[in-house]
Amino acid sequence: MPKATNADDSDGVQIDLISGERMDSMATMEKIRMILDGVHDGNIVILEEGLTPDEESRLIETTMAEINPDEFNGIEIETYPKSETRDSSLLGRIMGADESEAKLTVIGPANQIETLHKDETLISALVSRD
Amino acid sequence: MGLFTELKDSISRVTDRLFSEQEPKRIGIYGPPNAGKTTLANRIARDWTGDAIGTESHIPHETRRARRKENVEIERNGKTVTIDIVDTPGVTTKVDYEEFTDEMDEDDAIRRSREATEGVAEAMHWLREDVDGVIYVLDSAEDPITQVNTMLIGIIESRDLPVLIFANKIDLDDSSVKRIEDAFPQHKTVPLSAKEGENMDEVYENIAEYFG
Repeated sequence: MPKATNADDSDGVQIDLISGERMDSMATMEKIRMILDGVHDGNIVILEEGLTPDEESRLIETTMAEINPDEFNGIEIETYPKSETRDSSLLGRIMGADESEAKLTVIGPANQIETLHKDETLISALVSRD
Repeated sequence: MGLFTELKDSISRVTDRLFSEQEPKRIGIYGPPNAGKTTLANRIARDWTGDAIGTESHIPHETRRARRKENVEIERNGKTVTIDIVDTPGVTTKVDYEEFTDEMDEDDAIRRSREATEGVAEAMHWLREDVDGVIYVLDSAEDPITQVNTMLIGIIESRDLPVLIFANKIDLDDSSVKRIEDAFPQHKTVPLSAKEGENMDEVYENIAEYFG
């Protein structure tokens, strides 16, 4: 599978939009490695279908292990909050309500991305170069 | 291996299983940094055992190791519920040591940030492997719709763990319990002030009901 190439141009911010199809074929740690490698390079990573709760938990854990003073402060991650009308009951889950949980997710270096506004249908973020 | 040893091991496994079913449930106290998790853990522990669990502070990431208080017996309506309370470090996706430099010198700030990152990883590990239920503590004077809260509630739900949301710090002027109820309508929200000891009766009734 081809890798995202890194731009040498230091004047801009690279944005990688990763399709759900590309993520489907990857193991959990491959996904986390891809995200964190991109973020370490200063890129903004946008996942078409986000991560599962278990993958999010491992992303937090791995991010913590890689934080280094003056080099890497961690990540900013944003997805849409859960809809109030979403069916989280056991029956709902059996009926496949969770199938629609895949949500666009934006991840970037904590020192470069700042969330300005977030609600169930809109994420507004400010991205800076450093 | 001799027959006697095999028999002994087998009996030991069976008794372990029998007694493990009676072990107190481990209830993890989770939430973002500075929500008042340790203040709550100390309040519960002091009320029912007389001892505190950890040190409270206004500086974020005071708790950097998960701490367990075993066999906390809570009596409600004639019933006794025994739980282990696990006070966990506040969960975040970023830690910047410069956050602490107003309060301490740079070396201490760097050490604190390193320990904080280890603590967050430890808290996540406990959540995946070692807790039977969750008390999710939020500062009711802050906006509850943050990515960390959304993700953690999602992780807890995906593990089918019983969860109670505690809207802490209701003694503050900016407190809004409704904002938390609206953000997580799928879960029971209990208002309280762990610092002032407000509404603790309802807190203990709900702990007994959810985790008993």
